[in-house]
Amino acid sequence: MDAMRMDEMRPDALKIENLTKHFSGFTLDNLNLTLPSGCIMGLIGENGAGKSTTIKLILNMLHKDSGSITILGRDNQEDLRLTKEDIGVVMDEVGIPECLNAKQVAKVMKHTFRNWKDDEYARLLAKLSIPDNKQFKDFSRGMKMKLGIAIAMSHDSKLLLLDEATSGLDPVVRDEVVEMFLDFTREENHSILISSHIVSDLEKLCDYVAFLHQGKLLLCEEKDRLLEEYCLLHCTQEELQEIPQEAVRYKKISAYGVEAMALRDALPAGLHTSPISIEELFVFMVKEAGKK
Amino acid sequence: MIILIDNKSGEPIYNQIYAQIRRQIISGELKENELLPSIRGLAKDLRISFLTTKRAYDELEKDGFIYTVQGKGCYVAPKNVELIREENLKKIEEHIEQIAQLSALGGISKAEVMEMINFGWEDKDGRNENG
Repeated sequence: MDAMRMDEMRPDALKIENLTKHFSGFTLDNLNLTLPSGCIMGLIGENGAGKSTTIKLILNMLHKDSGSITILGRDNQEDLRLTKEDIGVVMDEVGIPECLNAKQVAKVMKHTFRNWKDDEYARLLAKLSIPDNKQFKDFSRGMKMKLGIAIAMSHDSKLLLLDEATSGLDPVVRDEVVEMFLDFTREENHSILISSHIVSDLEKLCDYVAFLHQGKLLLCEEKDRLLEEYCLLHCTQEELQEIPQEAVRYKKISAYGVEAMALRDALPAGLHTSPISIEELFVFMVKEAGKK
Repeated sequence: MIILIDNKSGEPIYNQIYAQIRRQIISGELKENELLPSIRGLAKDLRISFLTTKRAYDELEKDGFIYTVQGKGCYVAPKNVELIREENLKKIEEHIEQIAQLSALGGISKAEVMEMINFGWEDKDGRNENG
């Protein structure tokens, strides 16, 4: 139990409180998120939901209107340069000068990060089969992402911020990358915030999921508890009449029957249900939010 | 230790881990005072959430199947005869419930079921006596 107490004493990897940012036509509205140390959180949202905005605000690449962001126990307005030593970032575009090859990138990074680890970088290049003598401009999109991930994981990071870092990768490489992320969080002080609209990746990876829709947080919960709490209900319209209303959250009614997102515990016994996926949950919840 | 996770079964994952470790403790496949894998290590190896593994271990500890040594890890608790008896009673109860349901569905009377149980019992005793 002592180990747990240690966990509790360690500052949260990320704490976002009442974060708000207005653009014309889009508002990130009063966002609250906490990523405990040692965990992986998946930020799920449609295109334009505010995922990248959130990550840019965390890195102070955008200026927030109000609210606070604490990274590894430090406010992101103070000493962010120091904090950034501990953060590995991969955005959807990897910004490396076109003319450099992977070997030369290491030389630049050595002078960028105090804790740059050459041997770790070499190991990751080999593992991800990234050539070290090819110029960046000749890289495929997938290879660029892989290089970005290798860099982010080679300077003794405590927190990885990954914005669509698995998109553009083929399924086999995605699986390898997922494995690398899981390995990364074997350390109790290593955490990951990853955004994606490829929900299946996040479903494999995350301890927590957060649903973002049109700048608003729909929910943030432990993934496995969510999957326990909700199920897919298949029934006829007549059967639906008999079910308490609070048990059914969102339903699709067709001529042949009803498919609904339902709360397992509130359903009467004997109905036909099946497990729900995070993707289905997200889609149902977005549609439910759209109805209100 | 063998743990198989079925993501599609609909049974909560923490419960799958809990049940499989418990079964292996009761059956003796996991020995008294044997060190279990770390929560974090097991989670990563099974590719499941650390929170879920922790929940399974917490439940096992609460129910007296494992114990934690600070800074070292979780170990299999000495077998508790009472606990195993209770486990078995619980299992029997579940089976009886199923029997009752099936009987009701098939219009089979309690007396008939009792007779079947007696028969089954004698069969088993007979086998045991003959070696």
